[in-house]
Amino acid sequence: MTFPWKFELERRLEVSRWVSWGVPTVSVLVAFFFGGIILSLAGAPPIETYRAMAAGAFGSISEWVDGNFFAVTETLVRATPLIFTGLAVAMAFRMLFWNIGTEGQLVMGAIAGTWVAIYLPDLLPWLPQTRWVYIPIGIIAATIAGATWAFIPAIMKVKLGVDEIISTLMFNYIAILLYQQLYTGPWKDPEGFGFPGSALFPEFTWFPKFSEMPVLNVLGGRIHLGFVLAVLVAGVLWVIMDKTRRGYEVRLLGENTNAAKYAGISVVRNVLFVMILSGGVAGMAGLSEVAGLGHRLQAGLDVGNGFTGIIVAWLAKLRPWSVVIVAILMAALFVGGDQLQISLGLPASISGVLQGAILISVLSGDVFTRYRLKVTRIGVVAPAVGEEA
Amino acid sequence: MDLDLVTSILAIATFAGASLVLATIGEIFTERVGILNLGVEGMMIMGAVTGFAAAYRTNNVWFGVLIAGIVGGLMALVHAFATITLRADQIVSGLAITLLGTGLASFLGQILGPDGGALVGLTGPKFTKWPIPGLSSLPLVGEGLFNQDPIVYSLFVVVPVSWFFLYKTRPGLYLRAVGESASTSDAVGVDVFRRRYGYTVLGGVMAGIAGSHLSLSYTPGWTENLTGGRGWIVIALVIFATWNPARAVVGAWLFGGVNAIQFRLQAEGTNLPSSILNMSPYILTIVVLVLITRTDKLRQTIGAPAGLGIPYYREERG
Amino acid sequence: MTTTQPGTQHQLVVEMRDITKKFPGVIANEDVTLEVRRGEIHALLGENGAGKSTLMSVLCGLYQPDGGSLHLALHQDELHQIVLRSPRHAIHAGIGMVYQHFKLIPTFSVAENVLLGAEDTPTVLDLKQAGARIKEIGERFGLPVNPEAKVWQLSVGEQQRVEILKQLYRGASLLILDEPTAVLTPQESDALGETMHSLAASGVSIVFISHKLDEVIAYADRVTVLRDGKTAATVDVVDVTKADLARLMVGRDVLFSVEKADADLGADALVLDHVTALGDRSVTAVNDISLTVRGGEILGIAGVAGNGQKELVEVMTGLRTPTAGSITVRGNDLTGKSAIDFIRGGVAHVPADRLGQGLAGNLPLTDNVILKSFRSEPISRRSFLNKKAIHELSTRLIAAFNVLPGNPDAPASGLSGGNQQKLILAREIDATDRLAVGDEPAVLVAVYPTRGLDVGAIEIVRDALLNQRAIGAAVVMVSEDLDELRTLSDRIAVLHGGEVMGIVDPKTTSKDDLGLLMAGERLS
Repeated sequence: MTFPWKFELERRLEVSRWVSWGVPTVSVLVAFFFGGIILSLAGAPPIETYRAMAAGAFGSISEWVDGNFFAVTETLVRATPLIFTGLAVAMAFRMLFWNIGTEGQLVMGAIAGTWVAIYLPDLLPWLPQTRWVYIPIGIIAATIAGATWAFIPAIMKVKLGVDEIISTLMFNYIAILLYQQLYTGPWKDPEGFGFPGSALFPEFTWFPKFSEMPVLNVLGGRIHLGFVLAVLVAGVLWVIMDKTRRGYEVRLLGENTNAAKYAGISVVRNVLFVMILSGGVAGMAGLSEVAGLGHRLQAGLDVGNGFTGIIVAWLAKLRPWSVVIVAILMAALFVGGDQLQISLGLPASISGVLQGAILISVLSGDVFTRYRLKVTRIGVVAPAVGEEA
Repeated sequence: MDLDLVTSILAIATFAGASLVLATIGEIFTERVGILNLGVEGMMIMGAVTGFAAAYRTNNVWFGVLIAGIVGGLMALVHAFATITLRADQIVSGLAITLLGTGLASFLGQILGPDGGALVGLTGPKFTKWPIPGLSSLPLVGEGLFNQDPIVYSLFVVVPVSWFFLYKTRPGLYLRAVGESASTSDAVGVDVFRRRYGYTVLGGVMAGIAGSHLSLSYTPGWTENLTGGRGWIVIALVIFATWNPARAVVGAWLFGGVNAIQFRLQAEGTNLPSSILNMSPYILTIVVLVLITRTDKLRQTIGAPAGLGIPYYREERG
Repeated sequence: MTTTQPGTQHQLVVEMRDITKKFPGVIANEDVTLEVRRGEIHALLGENGAGKSTLMSVLCGLYQPDGGSLHLALHQDELHQIVLRSPRHAIHAGIGMVYQHFKLIPTFSVAENVLLGAEDTPTVLDLKQAGARIKEIGERFGLPVNPEAKVWQLSVGEQQRVEILKQLYRGASLLILDEPTAVLTPQESDALGETMHSLAASGVSIVFISHKLDEVIAYADRVTVLRDGKTAATVDVVDVTKADLARLMVGRDVLFSVEKADADLGADALVLDHVTALGDRSVTAVNDISLTVRGGEILGIAGVAGNGQKELVEVMTGLRTPTAGSITVRGNDLTGKSAIDFIRGGVAHVPADRLGQGLAGNLPLTDNVILKSFRSEPISRRSFLNKKAIHELSTRLIAAFNVLPGNPDAPASGLSGGNQQKLILAREIDATDRLAVGDEPAVLVAVYPTRGLDVGAIEIVRDALLNQRAIGAAVVMVSEDLDELRTLSDRIAVLHGGEVMGIVDPKTTSKDDLGLLMAGERLS
């Protein structure tokens, strides 16, 4: 006796707007539902917990009225590296280059930024020690470092055919170990009382905070230039991907390599271009973290921003502006989760659980944007006539 | 270097490498059947926390191992369902498993303790070493091979059996065939779907148990980030071992040994930067990767399964 | 029930009676009858789309026929009616299919591949014993292979041997070979012919699918010719000539009446001078070809599939670099240049594989329309795309070629085959239009341009090609349809084995002569 129903997936020829937005929305709701069950099992009231998380991530109206935007700015601070890495991944994934090395590229960017901040002033004493000089140099250095770290696996891929998933993954660890070596060893602050970390950067290399800027200073908090830079990069990438010939070439390569070759598009040139861009953007994330927040190279850079960036990019369907939004929502989950500890005494790791649940739910739901479920009743199979005994 | 030093490095390397061997062989099964599971870190850490919690509550390490295996298998089942049935991207799904696993493990670590409290800092049951009389006092290898816990000893069986299964049996032949070419396997009547599910889950079970070895023996107890990225080392080790269970042992010793050597060198006051030493396995993995990609013969004999990461479903006929 | 005396020379082992198989909109097989005798080599001949593959898919259990019956006498002496429910069932009944694309795992040894397909493989593999059995079968049938060799190290011919061995190991006594020589060198084909003879001599029956007259004459005892899904005839090979078979295969000469003015020849547009190029497997695929195509003419390229057409087209469009010889397009030497130089140089290309190469299915029509023109004004200016110009161009081309549904923002994969082809034609012709101004004619290379299209779409495509000719473009048309070639072309170059066997005038050359050229015989 077999199951009398047959389930088949049938490819959708056209994906309507309703489906492409409706399915992920339902998936997120499903994730929150399952997250709610986990919360209940752990003895936390789901609705109240979610409300507390939202408040922790975005604040409340009364806080806003008081001019207290601390929660929002914290969320944006947390979102900043995720925007960069999400954009970096989105670029690479657009042309099916599986760059999962943004974590390492980020770290390399931070290392380069640190070198500029700590060693360049002594090396080039004539250079004017102002933010107008040092911040652009830092950005360029971090971009080059990240781009280089991405370029090596890219060239290994196009020239030697080496699988980029593994090579970029290995490059993450090499970069992280280098970084750990630097701030605990040669670059360790001699006046740091044994605290592992580089010397504090000179102030003219710091990313300015919103609180130091006109107009934006109403927000206050720790939010800094990095966020502006990230949004700016999103804009630039959107223009490149959507408005330029280069973006068209990349899009075509990602969709159909043969058609791209037929159109005379060079695979090698585009892979290298995209990976330099991708690594460069990831490198900026590293700089933004050290020059915008800690102002020194220390532990805490390798917290998975690169990996979360992959998830952000994927959830954003590799679209630059969507990356910004998804990164902020992702950051809200982190920040909201941290606040739970304070407000409800619940473990902060709830946010990780929710993120995982959302991701798996959206990932699984995604099949229904591409396929529709066809259920057919299987007819009773008549015994074949004259079959061999 | 004197003999004692080598003996002790070998002992630590074996002990430290045990969880790596188990998880690597599990991932080898998974990748051999064509599924890339980047969720090893998530499955290991879930195995570590649930294994410790179960052992703590029942005061039985074996029960902990059992639960860890089940939990790891369930996590892998999610990956299998997402990638095989729902045709989701294997990379993203694997990362999702790791994200979910680390988040959930951290969460569970704070509520699975007595009275819904934290597990951190609790002392629970742990595996003890079972020195094998006579053998354990052998010079050089005695300490490393014959004064270990039962999980390490189990590898004496797991490794050769995995190797034999993979290369010398019919199910092993089918398993490798599915990973090389799902469509060919389907054409000769091998059930691609069922086997991909089965070995993905098996990989998860082994990763879960590997995780429990950390929390029940290697570093007994539960702390945040207990696995410390070992799941990612496993991904590298699979390549390093070129998808062969026997070579996984060599790789695990190397990774495990690097740690051991590093501690000893520091103790001796040698000034070799420890990260350079730590980096070497990753660099070696890249070298192996380049070699098996570039050399035609190597790629064909020990290279990646040709169907790794490629989803398979029968084309709907017109 | 038909029964034949066991042991007689003409004992039937397969009888397919009045097989009918319908697909939505197509009758692939209509009352087809096929009889195969024990120990004979039976060719199944027909053009592409004649229904050969469908019939064999019924025989190997992949499709269920809508009508007719199947009788087998493979494991027993008398014919029994049987319903094959699955490929597995067919294998069990003694039918072994050797596909054109081998079902082998390259990293496995020969023995492992054979065991993978066998039903009685023990749980613990005994490769030694299996190897001995493979060797023994191999020796019996003249199929020498080393059971321990890895398949990737074997030549294609050897791999085919392994496929055949795999079927014999399983106990197949009827082998179906799907266009077995398509992938073989002439020497390997001859070796296969010998193998088939020794298999037949030892009682194995063979059906081989082919559309090559040569090999049918050379290897087969009898041949069943299919045409338009029906049985045209079953004949003994000794009783027929190649020309007879050609006539049976393609039917009466049916000439479409096409209004075509005399060619008004312009300048040389595309000149190939002693061009040689390697195929994907690094074997010479295009061998010392010299061709000149002039503005205002259609040069047809005829030939059986796999005789160098694909590679020749790639050479003409810059997608493959020749190893010798030179290519001149509109007076410019483009030898060794890349595809983009050929596009810029004035070569348009309607590829054979529409969704695989000609279009990016998931991208909207607009993106597909600009595939070739995105580098030039007004579509882009200083590396920025001009959305407005793109939309204008798309709307214009969609309207001009009546592409339906004509929503420029919908993905191209939503179009039917005919509309996809219209879109590609519109784009490529638009590219030649831009160039045709002036003295130098543009080049349009169209590969199997009407394959798989319905009658209406075929008409549009043909009209478009003739129109290009009329306005002075140089058109190269690769086709397998001899009627199409004869009606449209001004000259036909026939390819065989990567060489041009002759360039003929379709008005004065009969279809039979074309068939002979395609079979590799030069006309005296």
